[in-house]
Amino acid sequence: MTRRYVGERVRRNEDARLLTGRALFVDDVRLEGMLHVAFLRSQHAHARLNGVDVSAARRRPGVVAVYTAADLGDYWRPGPLLVPPPPIPDLVFHPCTQVPLAKDKLRHVGEPIAMVVAESRYLAEDALDDVAVDADPLPAVVDLEAALAPGAPRVHEHLPSNLAAHAVQRKGDYERAKARAHAVIERRFRYDRGVSAAIENRAVAAQWDPRAEELTVWDTTQAPIPIRNGLAGLLGLPESQVRVVAPFVGGGFGPKIMMFYPEEVLVPWAAMLLGRPVKWTEDRQENFFATTQERGQIHDAELAVAKDGKILGVKDVFLHDTGAYDPYGLTVPINSQCTLLGPYDIPSYESEFTAVFTNKTIVTPVRGAGRQHGVFVIERLLDFAARELGIDRTEIRRRNLLRPDQFPFNNEILFQDSAPLTYDSGDYEPALDEALKVIDYERFVREEQPRLRAAGRHVGIGVVCYVEGTGIGPYEGARVTVEPSGRVRLATGVGTQGQGHFTVFAQIVAEALGVDVGEVHVVTGDTREFHWGTGTFASRGAVVAGSACHAAALAVRAKVLDLASRELEAAREDLVLEGGRVQVRGVPDSGIELGALAVKANPLRGAVQPGTEPGLEATAYFGPDRGSTASGVHAMLVEVDAETAQVEIKRYVVVHDCGRVINPMIVEGQIQGGVAHGIGNAFYEQLVYDEEGQLLNASFMDYLLPTATDVPNVETTHRETPSPLNPVGVKGVGEAGAIPTGALFAQAVEDALAGTGVEIREIPLSPNRLFELMNQAGR
Amino acid sequence: MPLVVTVNGARCERAVEPRLLLSDFLRHELGLTGTHVGCEHGVCGACTVLLDGEAVRSCLMFAVQADGHEVETVEGLAGPTDALHPLQAAFREAHGLQCGFCTPGILMTLIPFLRDTPHPDEHAIREALSGNLCRCTGYQNIVAAVSLACDSSLRR
Repeated sequence: MTRRYVGERVRRNEDARLLTGRALFVDDVRLEGMLHVAFLRSQHAHARLNGVDVSAARRRPGVVAVYTAADLGDYWRPGPLLVPPPPIPDLVFHPCTQVPLAKDKLRHVGEPIAMVVAESRYLAEDALDDVAVDADPLPAVVDLEAALAPGAPRVHEHLPSNLAAHAVQRKGDYERAKARAHAVIERRFRYDRGVSAAIENRAVAAQWDPRAEELTVWDTTQAPIPIRNGLAGLLGLPESQVRVVAPFVGGGFGPKIMMFYPEEVLVPWAAMLLGRPVKWTEDRQENFFATTQERGQIHDAELAVAKDGKILGVKDVFLHDTGAYDPYGLTVPINSQCTLLGPYDIPSYESEFTAVFTNKTIVTPVRGAGRQHGVFVIERLLDFAARELGIDRTEIRRRNLLRPDQFPFNNEILFQDSAPLTYDSGDYEPALDEALKVIDYERFVREEQPRLRAAGRHVGIGVVCYVEGTGIGPYEGARVTVEPSGRVRLATGVGTQGQGHFTVFAQIVAEALGVDVGEVHVVTGDTREFHWGTGTFASRGAVVAGSACHAAALAVRAKVLDLASRELEAAREDLVLEGGRVQVRGVPDSGIELGALAVKANPLRGAVQPGTEPGLEATAYFGPDRGSTASGVHAMLVEVDAETAQVEIKRYVVVHDCGRVINPMIVEGQIQGGVAHGIGNAFYEQLVYDEEGQLLNASFMDYLLPTATDVPNVETTHRETPSPLNPVGVKGVGEAGAIPTGALFAQAVEDALAGTGVEIREIPLSPNRLFELMNQAGR
Repeated sequence: MPLVVTVNGARCERAVEPRLLLSDFLRHELGLTGTHVGCEHGVCGACTVLLDGEAVRSCLMFAVQADGHEVETVEGLAGPTDALHPLQAAFREAHGLQCGFCTPGILMTLIPFLRDTPHPDEHAIREALSGNLCRCTGYQNIVAAVSLACDSSLRR
């Protein structure tokens, strides 16, 4: 029997390197003669930049070069629009992308103004003090609503206002639905910004080899191939002469996508110009200003329901904070717009958003990428509707869940990938049942909660549902090679930031080729090894690249069997591929090793059949028609301390469906990490800007990430509804844990405070904010 | 300034600037890049190393402060044959790491903790970990890894 790997808790191939400190991260790159970079960044959120005097900095011993926008010449140009918006009718979109170094105007605190290159990072930072910036502060655009008021200062003065985009998507006729509704629930909801807070900050190192005329760039990017192609274009080099390596990357979570960050564009340029290797590593404070962020939105939403709780329609009008530039197009607000529909059968929907420029750090996807907001709005509306109609919270959800026979289900609006928002498969009600059973919902609300409440304790339960569009195209590829040693080499373009690519992809290939999973050597994120593909984002690695690995492995398997059939003079159907060898079924000593076949497939003499490809190697690509839709239910028990407003999470239950599970251990890890991130977003983390656009908590002292004492154990149950859109049947899971957490937190905490009048319509909360809400309600 | 320090059992003699951080000294002067830097203000714990057997944040110390002392980094944990230390093995077994960037600091935090507290309960483990930030795992499997490492079968 061929050993099964897909679906098994296989220990990770990459761990030994990471645990012993041998894994290469970008800041670990050390090269002879390497120079180091520090950036002078804007202290102003909004200012006219009159001039930058770097003459004193240039004179400082140890400084090799100092560059401003003026020094960049033709190389100064705004970055690319990374994701053009989908073809939504009547869409308004003003692309304004970030620039390498500020010229004329400063648009957010932390925007780079000058680049210092010196013999050490210490010297480069010393020289920042020598740079004189002449800037006149302008009133800052901070508040989303004030930003759109007539006469508001404009972030981009060539535009008539701070409106970055406006889009309406409709399904059915909401107004008619509203007219026949038993009740219409209307509320305003707010979600605020946090940082992604990968523990590794960003870094870029570059080396120009004048003999080979080759540029090598090490970059903490989630998408090395687009970075290679873009840099080649910017620098006028053939793509094959640029190698981008994303080695081990210490957490991505979205902002390490192919941004063409200023530093990413400037460091390679400087390395070529100076003829010496150059490295820049972001420090934590820079990360708070210069790495993209997410989650500022304000929603005015209404839900039209029938008496029995059936949803008739939803209307949502929201503002989306896109920060100072909008290079990532409309991915985040469109995700909000689409994900609001959730696992429910919503016959009419009217969703309108306005994206707004502000003098804050650029907004691009962060784990969840706008989905949180949509889930928060619909789940909260359902909670309020349930209360108004006197229906149990879980029952109103059950009555509206899509049924299995409704798939594929077309939501009649466009998703971020420009494809129709069509759910591929799902089985939602059993997941809800499972979650209620695991957390023992009935017993808690009937017995435990009344008993504890009678004892003066504030305990609450929350149950929320969500879907996640995952695994979008366009495509990824993989190359599988059997080496003469018998080991298998797998190269793919999607880099890893901790998701277990070295293991999950190896599992798929090992199973197809009948080799030990430890014998599959995976290379990811190095464009010299594989240079077709896009990157690691949108919970798509396992879905899209995993399917490509599967296809390439099957192609190699066919080659192995063809060759072995000739060598062993046996029919293909009689061959068994296992344990790294091929043998004739029932004839144990007949076999031939995979390595020996690889040697035979690459002969040094003799003739081969016309059309024969050398070696046991195949490259394959996979592109899905559209994304696959994962789903889940989260449930939580909390207790609120009425004096301190501290929330203790007593239990956290996840029932999750990401289609076929390749490695349950890794999927659980992804969920646990996502939940922790979501708990941070819900109760600990908030970027606080003052009215001048200054970030007041730009350190880990002041911005609180959840620690080991704040995060509960997550009890996870897997359900598997395979996706019909790929041969493995998988859906994505990378962002899932973080998506419904805010909605869940709000519901559970509100339930714990039932009777006090506290209604939670905002995330993040904090003990302080919850205390305020309790006091306001108590007045 | 002259600096003499023992790192992972080997004596190192260097002349360094007084302002050079211990973390930068280890990483950039000695090439021991297993010690990672995540915040440089003593909160994230990624840069944790042992100084005379106790966990310290190498980003909060100058290299010269380690003069005459013994420093141990993650590179010193595994045996010379590259066999994983039992704690490292437990992290692999329990999936106690994802991106692995915070992991060296967490391992070095746990070494003296487990020396002093060989049989911690979950609460004590979580307290011990509360000075190390991890964004990937949600800590659950790190806690599981520590419990596993305390299992006598994995002890050296």
